[in-house]
Amino acid sequence: MQLALFIIFGVLAVAGALNLLLQRHPINSALSLVVVMMSLAVLYWSLGAEFLAAAQVIVYSGAIMVFFVFVIMLLNAGEEERTHGSRAAYIVGIPGAAAIFCLLTFVFLSERSHLGTSVMGDYLNQVTSNISELSSVLFTKLLLPFEVTSVLILVAILGAVVLARKEQ
Amino acid sequence: MVPTAAYLILAAVLFSIGVTAFLIKRNLITVFMSIELMLNAVNLTFVAFAHMWHQVSGQIFVFFVMVVAAAEAAVGLAIIIAIFRTRQTLNVDSVDLMKS
Repeated sequence: MQLALFIIFGVLAVAGALNLLLQRHPINSALSLVVVMMSLAVLYWSLGAEFLAAAQVIVYSGAIMVFFVFVIMLLNAGEEERTHGSRAAYIVGIPGAAAIFCLLTFVFLSERSHLGTSVMGDYLNQVTSNISELSSVLFTKLLLPFEVTSVLILVAILGAVVLARKEQ
Repeated sequence: MVPTAAYLILAAVLFSIGVTAFLIKRNLITVFMSIELMLNAVNLTFVAFAHMWHQVSGQIFVFFVMVVAAAEAAVGLAIIIAIFRTRQTLNVDSVDLMKS
C-alpha cells in the first residue's frame, strides 16, 4: 500500500517538477507546482503526518499558489523569452544541480542500512493521534517561537502592504 | 514498506530540479516558484526523518517552514509587483541596476 502510494505520487511529483522546469508560460508552471504540492501532501500522509498533509493542501496549494496565480494574472505575465544571461546558467547551472543531486544520492544510498524502512501505521507508538502530539509540543514547549511567528506574519503583512502600495 | 532513503532521494530529485529551474528560468515569478519547490523538497526530508526517529520535532520544523514560506511569499510577490510597476518587465535579465 505504502509502496504503491510512494511510486504513484513520487512519479507525479517529479513529473510536475519537470513540467515546471520545461513550461514557458508561468501559469503552466504554477499549475504544475500545485500538482507537486498535492502529491507531497499524500506522501506526508503516508509518513504519518496527517496535520502537515492537511496544512500542505490548505496553506501551500490553497493560499500560496492562489496568491501566485493571482499575481501572474494581475501582472499579465506572458511567455518568458530566452536571453544571453540564461546561456551561462545552462553551462554552469545544470552540471552544478546534477552534482548536488549526485552528492545527496550518494550520501543517502551509502547510509541506506542505517536509515531503515518506513511502515505505514507504526508512527509514534504511545500517542493517540498525530495532531494531539504535535499541538501539545507546539503549545507547551514551543509556545514562544509560535508567538514569534505570529509577529513575523504581522510584519510580513505590513511589509507587503507598504511594498505593493502605489507611490504618491 | 518503503526505505526511508527512497523518500530522501525523491526529495533530492525535487531539490535538484528546483535548483535547475531557479538558475534557468528567466521569469521572476517562476524563479520564485522554484524557491517554493526547493522548500517543499526540504520539508519532505524533515517529515521522512521525523517518521524514521518516531519524533514529532521534525514535523514542528515543517510547520515553521510553512509559516515562514507564507510570509516570504507575501513579501516576495509584493516586491515583484513593485518591480513590475517601475520597470514594466518580469525578466530577471532586465533587472540589473546594481551592475551599471
